[in-house]
Amino acid sequence: MRFSDGITVTVCPGRNRDGRPENFEPIDIAPGDTLSIVGPTGSGKTAFINDIEVFAQGDTVTGRRVLVNGEAPPDEFVRNPARKPVAMITQNTKCLMDLTVTEFLSMHVSTRENLLDNAVGEAIDLANHFTGEGIDADARVSSLSGGQTRSLMIADAVVISDTPILLLDEIENAGIFKEEVVARLKRRRKAVIFVTHDPYVSLLSDRRIVMRGGEVRSVLRPGGSESEALERVRQIDCKMAEIRERIRMGEIIGGVPL
Amino acid sequence: MVVAGPPSSGKTAVIKQMIRHLGERDRVAYLKIDVVAAFEDEEIRKEFGIPARKVYSGDMCPDHMGIMITEDAVSWAEREGASVLIIESAGLCLRCTPYLSGALGICVISSLAGTHAPLKMAPMITFSDVCVVTKTDLISQAEKEVFRESIRRVSKDMDIVETNAIQGTGLKYLYRILDSAPVCGDAGSLELRGTPPLGVCTVCVGKKKAGWRNHFGVIRRLEDDDNIFNGE
Repeated sequence: MRFSDGITVTVCPGRNRDGRPENFEPIDIAPGDTLSIVGPTGSGKTAFINDIEVFAQGDTVTGRRVLVNGEAPPDEFVRNPARKPVAMITQNTKCLMDLTVTEFLSMHVSTRENLLDNAVGEAIDLANHFTGEGIDADARVSSLSGGQTRSLMIADAVVISDTPILLLDEIENAGIFKEEVVARLKRRRKAVIFVTHDPYVSLLSDRRIVMRGGEVRSVLRPGGSESEALERVRQIDCKMAEIRERIRMGEIIGGVPL
Repeated sequence: MVVAGPPSSGKTAVIKQMIRHLGERDRVAYLKIDVVAAFEDEEIRKEFGIPARKVYSGDMCPDHMGIMITEDAVSWAEREGASVLIIESAGLCLRCTPYLSGALGICVISSLAGTHAPLKMAPMITFSDVCVVTKTDLISQAEKEVFRESIRRVSKDMDIVETNAIQGTGLKYLYRILDSAPVCGDAGSLELRGTPPLGVCTVCVGKKKAGWRNHFGVIRRLEDDDNIFNGE
């Protein structure tokens, strides 16, 4: 099975924290899908994406099963990071090595077979579409900002790992262009799942999985019904970014900027 | 079962998950070997209510200490009515391999140790049955893959289990190995899997002068940078 052929992952219901069965139709995640997982702290959002990350087979606290193309995936999918169809990127994920961006990506390429020669350049180029702070090929990975690091990791997962599914856990504060990430991953037929508290990211997603008390409470498909809200939230988000930038540049913010 | 690995690699976090799993079926006893201070035994006794103790090696090499007391430890665990004994090494020496024939050998390495770490800890890895790589939630995908390659360079067919041991993710593969672990025979017949490093010189008996000219026995000069001692 080649990743570029596209795979569908299905999350089947398990149990909530009281041990009662969850009540939702199995959730299919196909190439190009965008989902967000929302709910209060402690509602089970992280447990949900952990289930996907380890391809749970009724062996995690939630009792959920995660299938690949309708079947339990081979061990290799879970155990070998080079074969794993899922990349998880969190606020905690770091590049520890003191290498330049090019050296870091080349190191990753060296563990892979059958990659195009320009994978490193392509990954840097893609990463630069996700962040406003330009990433230089000769910059040291350890000196990148949070936004640059997250952008580079998403691009690395897309171009070099060629991972069909990305799990992004609360990366909204990292200063990346959310809309750009969603649009480009969709175009490249990648599925992306956000764990998020950010209204803009939530509204950008095709589906919203609502968590409560350790269980999936509902799966919303807003369709076009939120398009007005999305547009307004997009404007507010832009405005917030602008104010953030002005504060960073040392300005006093007079009047009512919103 | 012997759990080895450098300090702060997450041995105790892995062991706690092992106790949780094994505890459903077995009574587990736990022994920590350390040099001057250890608190893990108290932590584990408090959390699981199982027989747990520690032993300090003091002036002796902790792995040497472990080798000396293995038989006593097994008898202690038997007296406590335990069917599984987990021995946690101090994890100071990367050359000693405290693993025993007839007992499962588990090597725990932190992925934060850097991608060359497995090469530096080769003996500790090659003599083990399974290598548990911890804290993989904290590092990049690229480093995870290179780390794995690095272990494979040391030991081509090593069984590698990647985990965030605090959460216990991915440990089902370790549990499979635990569940099929061999029953250890007579404690008196246990043997080391590897030969410990040579350590027979005047430093070993307490002479403090630096420099090989001040010592006799198994000595080395800067030029003698070979892995095997060939005699004077």
